[in-house]
Amino acid sequence: VIAPATTAARSGISADVEALGYRVAGVLLLSIVLAVSSDAFLTASNVLNVLRQASLTFLIASGVTLVIIAGGIDLSIGANVGLSACIAATVIKSSGSIVLGVAAGLACGTAIGFLNGLMVTLLRLPPFIATYGMLWVVHGITFWYMAGETIYGFPPGFRTLGSGYVLGIPVPVYLMVLALAALGVLIRYTTYGYELYAIGANGEAARLSGIPVSGRRNLVYTISGAMAGLAAIVYLARLNSAEADIGEPLLLPAIAAVLVGGTSLLGGVGTLSGTMVGAVTLTLVLNGMNLLNINANWQPLVTGVVILLAAWIDIVTRRRVESKA
Amino acid sequence: LITRKPLAAAAALPGVGYLLAAQLILFSIFDPTFASVPNLLNIGLQSSTLLLLALPMTLIVMSEGLDLSMGAVLGLAGVVLAMVLVRGSALPIALLAALATGQVFGLVNGLLVVFLGIPPFVATLGMMGVARGIALAVTGGQSVVGIGEALPAMYASSWVGLPFSVVVAACAYLLFHWVLYYTRFGTYVFAIGGNRESLTLAAVSTNTYHVAIYALGGLMAGFAALLLTGRMNAGHPIASIGMEFDAVAAVVVGGTSFERGNGWLPGTLLGVLTIGVLKNGLNVLAVPSSLQVASIGLLVIVALLIDSLRGRT
Repeated sequence: VIAPATTAARSGISADVEALGYRVAGVLLLSIVLAVSSDAFLTASNVLNVLRQASLTFLIASGVTLVIIAGGIDLSIGANVGLSACIAATVIKSSGSIVLGVAAGLACGTAIGFLNGLMVTLLRLPPFIATYGMLWVVHGITFWYMAGETIYGFPPGFRTLGSGYVLGIPVPVYLMVLALAALGVLIRYTTYGYELYAIGANGEAARLSGIPVSGRRNLVYTISGAMAGLAAIVYLARLNSAEADIGEPLLLPAIAAVLVGGTSLLGGVGTLSGTMVGAVTLTLVLNGMNLLNINANWQPLVTGVVILLAAWIDIVTRRRVESKA
Repeated sequence: LITRKPLAAAAALPGVGYLLAAQLILFSIFDPTFASVPNLLNIGLQSSTLLLLALPMTLIVMSEGLDLSMGAVLGLAGVVLAMVLVRGSALPIALLAALATGQVFGLVNGLLVVFLGIPPFVATLGMMGVARGIALAVTGGQSVVGIGEALPAMYASSWVGLPFSVVVAACAYLLFHWVLYYTRFGTYVFAIGGNRESLTLAAVSTNTYHVAIYALGGLMAGFAALLLTGRMNAGHPIASIGMEFDAVAAVVVGGTSFERGNGWLPGTLLGVLTIGVLKNGLNVLAVPSSLQVASIGLLVIVALLIDSLRGRT
């Protein structure tokens, strides 16, 4: 038993494609505006830079997309990226092994996600309060762990993950496409994916139709944590340095990318391709501000406004759909 | 606690009461100076700003909402307060500017949540970005210094033997207690979270009161800028980021739940004191301040566990 809104969203692939079309058109329009207003925009280095930055935002936002589709929220992702990156950095430095470092970062991210899941399912805390609490807990642990230190200078092999190129395209872009494909298959073509939409559309109905809701939700927070861990590796490899506060500016853009991508805050509706376009859109906006020499201090404000606008549009369209139904 | 009678509710003391008692005993054993009058006054000093945020946060949480922008708005209001003072204006004018700043943000939060229907955590997260962005851009990320003598002098003064900020916080508590338990507005606050429909059916303009709850939150964040700026002797754009988490923690630890308008204001006072005592005690035990944040998260979970074990949620 799947709620009407879900059926509409899932069976209506053409509707999804149409919505995606509008978003892609928006990206093109934005690009044209930027190309006209700044000579630096259409240079190869800037375009690749935008793509690389968007990939990072997408990696963080993709897990959150799944969480929001399942009717939850994960506010701890930025802090998660921060701690996972710092742990990966120290392990690489102390062991000299890239593999161990990557594994440690992924494990840290996944563990934080799993704990989020436990708080939501076992302790029955509202997701926004559980993951917001986790944000500050992880933040505190990171600052304690790093004790004001900066770790920098990693082996070239590791840095390839963030700043390398294959066939002229940045490595993170490949990771973005890979994540899009893997998670896309997961939510479009597996029972688990269907169950996520069902839980998000109507958790009680999902429970009554025999879906083990707690276990499924726990897994989706864990996936979100794992994606944050992966993003942490890419981010660290690109920055080539780790500090306690590096995860801080990542939360707002990730949430903005998900919302701009058309995933509904009310749950049960959303696509990963939308989130990818959302990530590109947001990166273009911030990149444009850079090119136009607008002070970087304004970025939280612009991202905040983007979040509010996207949320507003989501609520309005959702209401229209529901009043028609 | 569904009851509106504070005394009857106290009989079923929530977990926070035991937590606070346990902490007081523990820290007194570990450190003989903990229970001294100067140290207790110090806890009061440190807790007063938090109480100013936690009081309206209680009302917001009771309405099944949340205000994540409070810390950022407090920071912005502090910057505004300091900048007006730097320009040589009188303290009351600067305070008015800070209050107006907070009020605008609270009002917009309320409009976004109530009239646009945006979930509170997203609406206030967006506004957090807006407030933070403005504060950072206006100051260039630097502290606003040179605020003159009036505010620090007022902050350092004491009334009837108590520090200024403790008196202010106590007055704020009494005011909120009166509003919540003895006025029509308070009754509506309980109903907005608990039984919104019946309130609307009773021809009360529910939306207006709901917006007013958020507006009150912004106003108090603006007011708290007075204490914070006085304490730091400067306006700092991001010093108060995250303070809303302490406020939410105090509210939740104090037994107010996110469902059905279950709120208990004395619990919030206890929650604020619990967090104040915890931070102070951990300072005494030389636990780094970064880990204190983590311990507050732990405190929330422990308090909720105690409550759920005792059959309350």
